[in-house]
Amino acid sequence: MAYLDHAATTPMLDEALEAYVAVAREVGNASSLHAAGRRARRRVEESRERVAAALGARPSEVIFTGGGTESDNLAVKGVFWARRAARADRVRVVSSAVEHHAVLDAVDWLVEHEGAQAGWLPVDATGRLDPERLRAELTEHGAHVAVVTAMWANNEVGTVQPVTELATVAAEHGVPFHTDAIQAVGQVPVDFAASGVSALTVTGHKLGGPAGVGALLLGRDVAATPLLHGGGQERDVRSGTLDTAGIVAFAVAVESAVKGQQEYAARIAALRDELVERVRQAVPEVIFNGDPADRLPGNAHFSFPGCEGDALLLLLDAQGIACSTGSACSAGVAQPSHVLLAMGADDDRARSSLRFTLGHTSTGADVDALIAALPAAVERARRAAALRTPR
Amino acid sequence: MRVLAAMSGGVDSAVAAARAVEAGHDVTGVHLALARNPQTYRTGARGCCTLEDSRDARRAADVLGIPFYVWDMADRFHDDVVDDFVAEYAAGRTPNPCLRCNEKIKFAAVLDRAVALGFDAVVTGHHARLGADGLLRRSVDAAKDQSYVLAVLTRAQLDRSIFPLGDSTKAEVRAEAARRGLAVADKPDSHDICFIADGDTRGFLAERLGEAPGQVVDALTGAVVGSHSGAYQYTVGQRRGLHLDRPAPDGRPRYVLSITPITNTVTVGPAEALEVSDVRATRPVWTGGPRPAGPVECGVQLRAHGDVVPAAVEVDADGLRASLRRPVRGVAAGQAIVAYRPDPAGDVVLGSATITG
Repeated sequence: MAYLDHAATTPMLDEALEAYVAVAREVGNASSLHAAGRRARRRVEESRERVAAALGARPSEVIFTGGGTESDNLAVKGVFWARRAARADRVRVVSSAVEHHAVLDAVDWLVEHEGAQAGWLPVDATGRLDPERLRAELTEHGAHVAVVTAMWANNEVGTVQPVTELATVAAEHGVPFHTDAIQAVGQVPVDFAASGVSALTVTGHKLGGPAGVGALLLGRDVAATPLLHGGGQERDVRSGTLDTAGIVAFAVAVESAVKGQQEYAARIAALRDELVERVRQAVPEVIFNGDPADRLPGNAHFSFPGCEGDALLLLLDAQGIACSTGSACSAGVAQPSHVLLAMGADDDRARSSLRFTLGHTSTGADVDALIAALPAAVERARRAAALRTPR
Repeated sequence: MRVLAAMSGGVDSAVAAARAVEAGHDVTGVHLALARNPQTYRTGARGCCTLEDSRDARRAADVLGIPFYVWDMADRFHDDVVDDFVAEYAAGRTPNPCLRCNEKIKFAAVLDRAVALGFDAVVTGHHARLGADGLLRRSVDAAKDQSYVLAVLTRAQLDRSIFPLGDSTKAEVRAEAARRGLAVADKPDSHDICFIADGDTRGFLAERLGEAPGQVVDALTGAVVGSHSGAYQYTVGQRRGLHLDRPAPDGRPRYVLSITPITNTVTVGPAEALEVSDVRATRPVWTGGPRPAGPVECGVQLRAHGDVVPAAVEVDADGLRASLRRPVRGVAAGQAIVAYRPDPAGDVVLGSATITG
């Protein structure tokens, strides 16, 4: 099998898996007062320190969560609620048109159920945000903005956003800035303090840790109203018994991914460039999406004119090649990517897209397998698409 | 063969896919998303188009160890089946949407796409037999037989279809599903029309066609005997719900005899006026052999689950004409007439056409 979907999830690193298994054998609730509890607590706090050190945060700024979606929801809704509680006219949420659904849908929910207003920042044809658009938005609405949220790097097309510039603009207006850095950590340098962001989402299973555990880095001075009420285990912002083994493995993975980031990025970007070049040779009319230079090292995203992405996916899957049409699914039905549409692609081009993402286990053999299967798949997908009646 | 199994989330299509796997085919499961908004279609037990059904289909594919995808056929389904259903009623006819779905979606849009993608055939859980001789026959389970709604398929469509369940009763299919560990084994049968969530066909039509008040006229006297709020609310042969203002002069019950959209008139009359001996139909399909040069003695079925009536059927390129050996009541335009040849190995579908009058 050629696994080219590392942005969906990537295999656990050996060291993370070993750490997980070792700790999962131990008993102990980190909130208990006895020796077993203290041992678990120590593991959690050591992990907190490791995550903080790897990402340029203070340990007290690390809030462990059940993963990226929870962290995004906590940042968007929690900061919105806290800021509006402090001043009732802060009802605006500023975000980008290319966010992951964990952010998009959280913003939409606030609009629908909490009377929030949304300010959506556009992107250019490469999927990139313009800090000046944020400046204009905040100049006009700054006093009413509860929170700004913009991803560090796009999960579909791989474009890296000018996060530091965006955070600077937000800081100038005194508005908290959250970034979903799920795709970025371990792929590009990420430093919480240096970036100037107020909150940052990171999750385990995109960087070699387990699924179902992640963190929200939340600046000490940033208030957030909890989503989950209960024991208040994490700074009273997040409740729920801590997943000690998961947290330990997550911290090991974050540390490894960050430590190895430069070397990894160089190797994977070279392999990605080879993949892109060979796909272009195999299918000359292909469109390479996203920022050609400022992108995630493992991401290659294409539109295949005259094809439907889901037909290509089926055909490649049958040849043992795993890839993705994008991130959005509604009842299992592929929707045209909101990211591509926001970049100005039409419906057909958006539906014709496929994402190939490399990761730490990728090799040249994966690329060879893709190139061997792709031309025939494109040919068949074209025939199938030609049957489609115009919408 | 490389085959595509259409998996609705019900027990039949799950077992059909399982049998295709067992027969040695390279099987890929596909669930057809037919609803533009899945929440609006029937839930779980009764339909075939909900999120729960999609999950059930996925789980069955998991158990069988086959790839599984959801294909979005909502626009095609809406245009070719739902809109057609409404338009047919508006034109005074009585459509069969399941038949239309087979004709336009499952064995057309889906089959064509499958073939383009390199599949050889489509497998479904319909209860009908389709053997090596290429003839479509009734299922061994007469009560569950679906040959009527498949009779519209052409030779080319049948040649790329596999119906693995035709030799089994529904009870056997359920038992097999349980034996195979398919959780849908005891899922209730779907029935009624999948895209009418509450089963209220009249309400569904009224919402789309609006109120169109008109007269109910007695065929014998020509007198106006009542009014209606939309002729599409009636079906030929209908007795209940006529709300006549006055009883018929002969004091006997009245039935809908015909619907005339142009004048928006519903004509009613006594039961015997419903009797029809001569049926005409259009768009004939003949798959039971070469198209016959002269009349063929056979049995005809004039609606889903209807009785079979002996008839002489003549067919040409434009249409089909059946002379019924005994009169039948309540033959509705828009329904299919399906001709069967009695056969000990299962009655054979000779052909079908759409009733015009």
